[in-house]
Amino acid sequence: MSKIYNVSASPHIRDHVNTTDIMFDVVVALLPASIFGIYNFGLSAFLTILITVATCVLTELVYELLMKQRVTVGDLSAVVTGLLLALNLPPTVPWWICVLGGVFAILVVKMLFGGIGQNIMNPALAARCFLLISFAGHMTNFVMDGVSGPTPLAVLKEGGKLNLLSMFFGTTGGTIGETSALAILLGAAYLLIKKVITWRIPVIYIITTVLFTGIFHKNGFAPEFMAAQVCGGGLLLGAFFMANDYTTSPITVWGQVIYAIILGILTGVFRTYGASAEGVSYAIILCNLLVPLIEKITIPKSFGKAGAKHGNK
Amino acid sequence: MPTFKGGVHPYDGKDLSKDKPIVLVQPEGDMVFPVVQHIGAPAKPIVAVGDTVLVGQKIAEAGGFVSSNIISSVSGKVKVIEPRLTVNGKKVLSIVIVNDEEYRTVPGFGEKRDYTKLSKDEIREIVKEAGIVGLGGAGFPTHVKLAPKNPEAIDHVIVNAAECEPYLTSDYRIMLEEPEKLVGGLKVMLSLFEKAKGVIAIEDNKPEAIRVMQQAVSGESNISVVSLKTKYPQGAERQVISMVTGRKIGSDRLPADVGCIVDNVDTVISIYNAVCETTPLIRRIITLTGDAVRNPVNVNVRIGMHYAEMLQQAEGFVEEPEKMISGGPMMGQALSTLNIPVTKTSSSLLAFKKDAVAAEQVTACIRCGRCVSVCPMRLVPKKLAEVVLREDYEAFEKMHGMECYACGSCTYVCPAKKPLTQLCVEGKQGVAASRKAKA
Repeated sequence: MSKIYNVSASPHIRDHVNTTDIMFDVVVALLPASIFGIYNFGLSAFLTILITVATCVLTELVYELLMKQRVTVGDLSAVVTGLLLALNLPPTVPWWICVLGGVFAILVVKMLFGGIGQNIMNPALAARCFLLISFAGHMTNFVMDGVSGPTPLAVLKEGGKLNLLSMFFGTTGGTIGETSALAILLGAAYLLIKKVITWRIPVIYIITTVLFTGIFHKNGFAPEFMAAQVCGGGLLLGAFFMANDYTTSPITVWGQVIYAIILGILTGVFRTYGASAEGVSYAIILCNLLVPLIEKITIPKSFGKAGAKHGNK
Repeated sequence: MPTFKGGVHPYDGKDLSKDKPIVLVQPEGDMVFPVVQHIGAPAKPIVAVGDTVLVGQKIAEAGGFVSSNIISSVSGKVKVIEPRLTVNGKKVLSIVIVNDEEYRTVPGFGEKRDYTKLSKDEIREIVKEAGIVGLGGAGFPTHVKLAPKNPEAIDHVIVNAAECEPYLTSDYRIMLEEPEKLVGGLKVMLSLFEKAKGVIAIEDNKPEAIRVMQQAVSGESNISVVSLKTKYPQGAERQVISMVTGRKIGSDRLPADVGCIVDNVDTVISIYNAVCETTPLIRRIITLTGDAVRNPVNVNVRIGMHYAEMLQQAEGFVEEPEKMISGGPMMGQALSTLNIPVTKTSSSLLAFKKDAVAAEQVTACIRCGRCVSVCPMRLVPKKLAEVVLREDYEAFEKMHGMECYACGSCTYVCPAKKPLTQLCVEGKQGVAASRKAKA
């Protein structure tokens, strides 16, 4: 026999989706929020996004070249991290904060832990928290139309009134990507339709947050307050784009449920009892650390074992 | 529409061959009969070199209770008995017969028989003598399946006609062309189990087969046709049982433990042939297809025939294939060579221009959880693969790794292109080896 055919273990066919396709979908889903952020905040927002994304990609590239590893920037995961970090920054931050944040996210949180899939926290959020702690002034300076002002939740905490419609469309103060509920939901819908994400973590997270703040906050379930809680403070962006980050959320079904509930409770605690009005970022990176434990206790019962009661009559 | 949690939807490729009627093919070259064509003990050759054998003659005898006879599909002289290459790449003791192309049969071969005049034990004995095994791929001896410990508790005899593997159309063609034989075989099986009702389970992407079978069973009060949602691996035995009866079993129980007997289409046809037409298992319906063959076709071939010779029915290649697969693309066996014989468990031969596996680059797992959501056994393949790489077989067992039946869904769907199924199979082998070492 002349020809030797290729052999491999079954299955012999593969779905066409690869990691790059998934990351590309996430980038597409972040476009509405990014474009709206640029529309809302102008050139400074555009530059912040550009610098942060470029820093993230370059950091990964340089690290992999220096370490003589396979270059993986083509998988677009660094672009996603950069974009998410930028959307979590105020539009007025100086350029060096963008660079510092990008390097921290990729180098410290991602590459030093082993690269894509190995990080124990969401890189963008960990970098944001790092920046928040280090440069609180720059990171909480929310400028709107040339005037420095508080975010909607901060307004609310001080007892002020809100324009809910502008919160839904996003013409308020805040970080670049968190202000427009509409833009975020558009992106989330795209990911849900493309089956890149499931509803489980975001929806349970948001519901738990709403229930917790409704029960424990002095404002209770007042509709305006509730709407502000959902639309403001980066909850939507966090729930649909960061809490359910593949690498740092559980892969088991019940793990996802437990994780989302803890997230909601923590966010509610931070918002109700904490010093700042937000708290999504801290809640998510804290819960990221619980993921291995949550997974360990939520390995599902296999088919046929769970259903033993349907067995022999 | 009944279905199960998980599963995948690969391109099914059935259009290539589903409208091609089954072609009867006669072999020319030497016929090779390995003594292992089933699960269980190897059969023992009972002919010697130089003997003349007839069509339907037993040439190797079951080597134990869970084993099966091997029947000659041609007449001719035994040329040699020696190890020959088989489908899984192993050399297996094989009886090689020079086909004299006269097809002289043993006495009584092909005679009609009325199964209602036979006792249950006689029917089981006929099935055993005929060398019938599960033709869906596993090759479990059918006479063992038909003799459960609790025959009075069997309430479902299920014909697994899901044919969920992409590209395969042999069961579909059988249902269109010989529905009455399928019903006949099922009635023989039902006669062994008084309380049982017959169910023919078909995926809903085969409406024509559903229609034909419904017509064929219209006069039978205790046989029904159930249509299942099209999804791979709908035809896995545990999934089929769960769909039809709502009963769920894992690896620790047999279908009979929940009152079910499940056999695939061609197996039931073989039972009919053996019992009602005195024809043992000497033929198989095989789909020859794939994007590399010129003329995809369904063929009826004699067991023992050479693969390369059988493939001539597909009129050669449009392009030299990179990959040949015996069986379906999800669970089949890749072939390095076509220099092997058709056995009882051959179900198809696929020729692909490109090897979809070699083209893919494996990247890091991003923990997307797709493997978890598609696993029909509700396992966590990502974690199983991890512990297998660490050779931690205890953890593998703890996470129910032994429940994996290698359907391939996790590997199929993995965006990082990880060989998850392969690692799970390795894990099962590792557990088996460490159990053996302890014993």
